[in-house]
Amino acid sequence: MTSISQELLDQHGLSHDEYQRIVDRLGRAPTITELGMFSVMWSEHCSYKSSRIHLKRFPTEGARVLQGPGENAGAVDIGDGLAAVFKIESHNHPSFIEPFQGAATGVGGILRDIFTMGARPIALLNALRFGELHLPQNRHLLKQVVAGISWYGNCVGVPTVGGEIAVNDLYSRNPLVNVLCLGIVEKDRLLRGRAQGVGNPVLYIGAKTGRDGIHGATMASDSFDESADAKRPNVQVGDPFLEKLLLEVCLELLDHDLLVGIQDMGAAGLTSSSCEMASRAGTGIQLELDHVPCREPNMTAYDILLSESQERMLLVARTGEEHRVMEICHKWGIDAAVIGQVTDDGMLRVRHGGQTVAEIPATLLTDEAPRYERPCAPPGYQEMLQSLAIDNLPGVKDPSETLRSLLQSPTIASKRWVYRQYDHMVGIRTIVRPGSDAAVLRIHGTQKALAITTDGNGRYCLLNPYLGGMLAVAEAARNLVCSGAEPIGMTDCLNFGNPERPDVMWQFVLAIEGMAEACRALGIPVVSGNVSFYNETNGLSIPPTPILGMVGLIEPPRTAITQWFKHEGDLVILLGETEEDLGGTEYLKIVHHREQGQPPWLHLDREKALQACLLALIHDGVIRSAHDCSEGGLAVAIAESCITNPARPLGATIQLSKGRLRLDAVLFGETPSRVVLSVPTHEGNRVLECAAAHRVPAAVIGEVGGDRLTVKILDDTGQECASIDQSIESLLTTWSTALEAQLSDAL
Amino acid sequence: MTVGIIVFPGSNCDRDCEYVFREVLQVSTRLIWHCETSLENVDVVVLPGGFSYGDYLRAGSLAKVSPIMNAIKRFAHAGGLVLGICNGFQILLESGLLPGAMLRNEKLTFICEDIYVRVENASLPFTRQCVPGQVLKLPIAHADGNYYTDPVTLSALKAKAQIVFRYCDAQGRLTAEANPNGSLDHIAGLCNAEGNVLGLMPHPERCAEEALHNTDGLFLLSSMLGTMRNEAMV
Repeated sequence: MTSISQELLDQHGLSHDEYQRIVDRLGRAPTITELGMFSVMWSEHCSYKSSRIHLKRFPTEGARVLQGPGENAGAVDIGDGLAAVFKIESHNHPSFIEPFQGAATGVGGILRDIFTMGARPIALLNALRFGELHLPQNRHLLKQVVAGISWYGNCVGVPTVGGEIAVNDLYSRNPLVNVLCLGIVEKDRLLRGRAQGVGNPVLYIGAKTGRDGIHGATMASDSFDESADAKRPNVQVGDPFLEKLLLEVCLELLDHDLLVGIQDMGAAGLTSSSCEMASRAGTGIQLELDHVPCREPNMTAYDILLSESQERMLLVARTGEEHRVMEICHKWGIDAAVIGQVTDDGMLRVRHGGQTVAEIPATLLTDEAPRYERPCAPPGYQEMLQSLAIDNLPGVKDPSETLRSLLQSPTIASKRWVYRQYDHMVGIRTIVRPGSDAAVLRIHGTQKALAITTDGNGRYCLLNPYLGGMLAVAEAARNLVCSGAEPIGMTDCLNFGNPERPDVMWQFVLAIEGMAEACRALGIPVVSGNVSFYNETNGLSIPPTPILGMVGLIEPPRTAITQWFKHEGDLVILLGETEEDLGGTEYLKIVHHREQGQPPWLHLDREKALQACLLALIHDGVIRSAHDCSEGGLAVAIAESCITNPARPLGATIQLSKGRLRLDAVLFGETPSRVVLSVPTHEGNRVLECAAAHRVPAAVIGEVGGDRLTVKILDDTGQECASIDQSIESLLTTWSTALEAQLSDAL
Repeated sequence: MTVGIIVFPGSNCDRDCEYVFREVLQVSTRLIWHCETSLENVDVVVLPGGFSYGDYLRAGSLAKVSPIMNAIKRFAHAGGLVLGICNGFQILLESGLLPGAMLRNEKLTFICEDIYVRVENASLPFTRQCVPGQVLKLPIAHADGNYYTDPVTLSALKAKAQIVFRYCDAQGRLTAEANPNGSLDHIAGLCNAEGNVLGLMPHPERCAEEALHNTDGLFLLSSMLGTMRNEAMV
């Protein structure tokens, strides 16, 4: 037997203590194959060893929850016997090394997580973060990531309906690619990744196993340095056509009730799928690697167990149904083989070439993986980050010009260049397309629709992780409510730096605390999620970036609302109150080149009241449009309400009172819990009364109409002290061409 | 009447077509697996959009050798109505049921958006409910929709009024900006000389319901079914 050297342990990302734990629990030294299995299963990526104890703080229960965290995806009850199944996941590390395939296989992985639950995927979203676009490598990464998502999602035929993009230098060496998938299934057909029924056959279906992606999970659990390019062979290559076939095969197998459990061979491939299925069911699995379809001869047990070749599934079928499973696979031209069976001894036993090459208690690889409560401490620079002497900042000289600069920021500018490359209509469910606060999909055969959004603000979280976490949850929920939906469930992708650093752990713990508190206050359960640590290159971490995916229910679909103004003469009403919130704003970054201060404070009671009020108004049918105030503040929200109507942009005449606030805070501050509405004139009083009843501040601030946006700001004596006056056409051009212009390599 | 919708491995608009024909247009449908060899009891054939065989080699080039294609050719030669949408259009080109070929979109990227087409021939079974020159708003979603053919074939297409839809602006003008993919002569859809086989890149099934805010696709789909119903009555 190979002796296990320190060098070998380092290569496998295992500490000395972890190795000792393996030896103690096995009662012997592991074989090299077993060491590889421990390496991937005990990696941060698979074991959540640094995050597990903290994730417990999320509220995960609720009347609608059918499946909380711990399965391939979460599921919530949407009535009519149906469940919405969803999860968000990161593919950050592979996307930095090889952006096209990295992003594409990210889409593939999340799709499989959804259809392994028995659900037909109906929507994809993606949240992306890149370095500033003036650097050619960042433009390259963005374009290739978008191309990869487009290539994979379009071919599989699941619409990509939304998402978001933000840029910041801190993502330059660590772009973020988070992908979310939503599926629908009859709730009594929800399937789990469990190897139940001793003696049941274990089948392998899908692509053949190759030597690609070996140690992908270990790579995703390490920081990068200059040698990142050398890790390109660790990135898998996707085949969306095979994925589409696999999707149809799995759903057809479920139609015929041939399966008891199913799991994607994602990170850590055959090893993770087999030991996780066994440990969830309290059983064991015996595998015969000689029967695994391989791409090349003479692959070792180590290679086969650790390969992360894409588009593969592990199934547990009902005894005696193997042949019908094979028949359906063959109809679709998919490889299938019986490679083992469920056992009763709790062991993952692997045989290859007549030898037993691994024999490990399944739970030792999963539930009994190490867990760490790593030390936490705020970074030394935190106080400096949070300090911002507002009084020393010059005010806005030309509000029109400032508005135009903000409309060109990649975070705010139109993402049409991106979503035009995604088939966002296939499935004919998309009743609100990309470009509004949330995408909305109708559910065939019901009088229901689902709204879905992703949100996250790394800058807020960097300045104040607790508040940033709360604000992200509130904004996601507000986006759903603005589209007419009641939020019913959340999934989260927690993108952070190196958890072995106390400052990163401090950010992580506080962000979770903030998110959990907002979820509890707003009554939104967390049903699935993913943690991505080690987003760090050469010691420089990304800003802490929790990205949330949230799903809301709309009943009936015709009550769905979009963000843009629709009728000349409608009243423009602002719900919520503007305060002096300039810390951490997009305005501060774009105009003053500062990313400092305290993010806006979130009053959860106000947020809750606002959302309740808005939902009541939408259900009463009095609202024509509703748009959340977020990056860029009120002025940007009003401008977007004017210019985002895809059929006919409309102007507006607005008057705002400054009171004792700074002009820039009134126009561009990011006080949360605010929404810009347009309503028919005769409904104005009803809206104000409803707001009063919910104790939500509300004011008529203007009227929709014309082909200009004019905003007059009055000082506390009632005199006009500043104004914005721009043609809608020019604002629209600025906003809609900005991203493509910044992506042009001709600059 | 029954609409037969062909399912190739990788078709992904088959269910959308099925939904629209069955739920919106209230006709019966049959999903036909590409390995089948007969089109018995089918009145109209639809080749739906998607990525048959992953578009490997070339869009539509592998689907053309699927077993069902022989039956489709016989069906078409006997005068049956065949509609190819997007990938279905590409398959019709590859299989020789329609002339010409598709190139990669001029700007090389996939494009998904609403565009306008002008109805150039309103006397076909597929367009009878349109008026000549009518502008329809239809969505496209493709990477290979840049139609090309040689000059001789193009003249023949024009002479026989086989160009059925041209990309145009909202007013029906054939401006360069209104041509999303660089297609030759703005061609968005064309038919065979007999007028019973139509291929088009836009997706009429994606705009056949008020719920999706656009019903222009119904002009085409109900023209086609209306034609079939009339024939059934004779």
